[in-house]
Amino acid sequence: MPYPESLRKFIEKVEATRPERVERKKRGEEFPALKLEEREPVLKAFHPDFIDGTKRKIKVGPSKNYSVSNEIVDLLEAKSRMNPDAVDLSKPDFETEVLVIGAGGAGTAAAILAAENGAEVIVATKLRHGDANTMMAEGGIQAADKVGKDSPYYHYLDILGGGHFVNDPELVYTLVINAPDVIKWLENMGTSFSKFRDGTMKTMHGGGTCRKRMHYAADITGAEIMKTIRDEARNHEDMIEVIEFCPAVDLVLDDGGRCTGAVLYNLETAEYMFVKSRAVVIATGGSGRLHIQGFMTTNHYGATADGIVMAYRAGVPISFLHTVQYHPTGVVFPEQAEGILITEKFRGAGANILNVHGRQFVYEREPRDVEAACIIRECSPAGRGNGVPTPTGKFGVWLDSPMIDMLKGEGTVRKEFPGKHILFRRFGIDIARDPMLVHPTLHYQNGGLDINNKCETCVPGLYAAGEVTGGVHGENRLMGNSLLDVIVFGRIAGANAAEYARSAGEPGKPSLEHVKRYNHEIEEAGISEDRIAPMLLPDYRNPEVKKKQLTGKEFGTLSW
Amino acid sequence: MTKTSDKPVDELVPIFFMGKRYEVPSSLTIQKALEYAGYRHIRGCGCRGGVCGACGTVYRLPDSYRLQVGLACQTVVRPEMHLMILPYYPGNRACFDIEELSGSGDDPARLYPEIFKCIGCNACTMACPMDIDVMHYMAQAIRGDIAGVAETSFDCIMCGLCASRCPAEEVQFNVAILARRLNAKYLVPKAAHLEKRVKQIENGEFEEPLRELMSMPVEKLKKLYEEREIEPQMAGEDWTPRDTRYV
Repeated sequence: MPYPESLRKFIEKVEATRPERVERKKRGEEFPALKLEEREPVLKAFHPDFIDGTKRKIKVGPSKNYSVSNEIVDLLEAKSRMNPDAVDLSKPDFETEVLVIGAGGAGTAAAILAAENGAEVIVATKLRHGDANTMMAEGGIQAADKVGKDSPYYHYLDILGGGHFVNDPELVYTLVINAPDVIKWLENMGTSFSKFRDGTMKTMHGGGTCRKRMHYAADITGAEIMKTIRDEARNHEDMIEVIEFCPAVDLVLDDGGRCTGAVLYNLETAEYMFVKSRAVVIATGGSGRLHIQGFMTTNHYGATADGIVMAYRAGVPISFLHTVQYHPTGVVFPEQAEGILITEKFRGAGANILNVHGRQFVYEREPRDVEAACIIRECSPAGRGNGVPTPTGKFGVWLDSPMIDMLKGEGTVRKEFPGKHILFRRFGIDIARDPMLVHPTLHYQNGGLDINNKCETCVPGLYAAGEVTGGVHGENRLMGNSLLDVIVFGRIAGANAAEYARSAGEPGKPSLEHVKRYNHEIEEAGISEDRIAPMLLPDYRNPEVKKKQLTGKEFGTLSW
Repeated sequence: MTKTSDKPVDELVPIFFMGKRYEVPSSLTIQKALEYAGYRHIRGCGCRGGVCGACGTVYRLPDSYRLQVGLACQTVVRPEMHLMILPYYPGNRACFDIEELSGSGDDPARLYPEIFKCIGCNACTMACPMDIDVMHYMAQAIRGDIAGVAETSFDCIMCGLCASRCPAEEVQFNVAILARRLNAKYLVPKAAHLEKRVKQIENGEFEEPLRELMSMPVEKLKKLYEEREIEPQMAGEDWTPRDTRYV
């Protein structure tokens, strides 16, 4: 769907201001960034985290009385999907040394490291190996490896500034100090990073960075990393077995409180199966498909917070889940691509953000929460009301991609952003010539399970890594630190889980008593709604059709 | 404004999913149209954004014998289209230890000797939803041009549609990722600065300043953050900061 006349007339305003904006950029003149003390008022007034009535206190579990999004609380105040008494734990369906739950970036990195440390691994995953937010990450991965101009010191400072100075220092330290080694690991495995001829990594800015340390593989960095580490995991076929379309639904603890496996649910045969293991790594990722506050999302189909639900029931507290990341730039037009991520790399390469008048109203490289809040303020009738109206009555702002060709040479957009170039071309839009219409979209779960810098949770034998955890990003993650997070902590979790499996001794009798206790706690708390969790998959079925889908307790219509 | 439920109301058109007729709004993608029809996808649905390769789709329009391809999450429905999603393809994959390969031109042929069976029919290229010239990179693989394969196949999402249409039973997408990994590991020069930085870290060079930051009061951290020097947008690789104590 090419731009209609109604939008063309607004694009003309962008074109009118473009030459001068490009000249300013070339002279090194930027739209002024907000000072630290200026950030808070706009966040409080316009960031979705601060809207009254969208959060409530959890009534049960290890983080009782902690207030997080209603959609998350609904899942935490829900009973198990299965009757814990009906599962036969005396005969495991599978046995392994390390069970990894989730097969995205963190899970795959954990599996490889566990295998390299001598452990047999089963990876259980809800969809296919690699169906994860890692696959969809576009812009890049941070690491302070440009000797002479950057260092982990500045990486650390940037992360704290972006995260509002409340991040867990040990986790941030672990992230920045391991970052260069992670890039080297990926390079050595055969990841196609964008490089100069002599092998020097091409690096760019991201929102909130003081040095250009964003490494990338065109605009499909996450896909490139995911495809590479998945391929590597497949080369360990003697050590790593991947079980697809079998999400874990509850953890299994032994009578001494150690984690000793999980119950899987085969989505296709509807069986519940017990995997017995000596250690477990939770790497189930985020929760964009909960559509917090009704927001559209950039997340993949399976991002439904399953790991948080399972581990919380098993006694692991949560932190930093009170903040949710809205990516400043998701597609609002064309409608068919709604919510799809437009990488921050466009802004890292110099593209301005513009209102309906074709004017700048925000520095394009603010940290994500600040950038998103400023865009919402510009679009909202309660704010400045300067949004660009779409044909279906939504509002967005322009991301001026054609500037990039003017700054860096004809053909740059096509070459550096092939993924987005082809996406828009399918709808008859050339983003090297016309800007994109964007609005903030639900993107990232800033918080999650409590871990230490060894990826240990408070449950012995239970490790967690990646988006499912909380602390490293504080209250707001910077671009390029989640791909880094999943690989750094995925590797640590895998190595430590393998070590635990080897040294911790024979587990005791497996049990689902903790699930029964949790179900009971829900009843005691007077929660009467008949909810079950994890939800596993979102439900986009037409409500009119659902009225006729009358099977009692059905899970859903199967495509296959 | 951002609600996911704001679906445009538009004209309904018939589509045939695996032969069964449904009426769906004409502006929806195939993926969303099936959900509108009442399906809750298990297979054939992944990122919903065109990069994961879960929803490769083969379809045919009325009054034509030609089979066309697309991604269900990216292709808008057409009236009377017949379609099916191909969520899995049982293609061959060679297991290898990348450390034992060298990036030489015959690596792909040793692991996938069937590449020489290619008959040059171009069905793979026609079947690629990412518009990759698949047959061209298979020819590059046969010639041992690993860098060429890597470049041509860079956007591959490994959906398997190429293999599904191949009369020579090639598994193009697995040949492609092998070549991309070999190219990045063996043919492209390593990043020297990376090697150097990893050594510096191993030698503990950043330990002290980082530990200092970790125990610093927030007000002092905020001051350092506000005062940190920002590398200019248009700066080249040779840019250096004024304060070089920690770099």
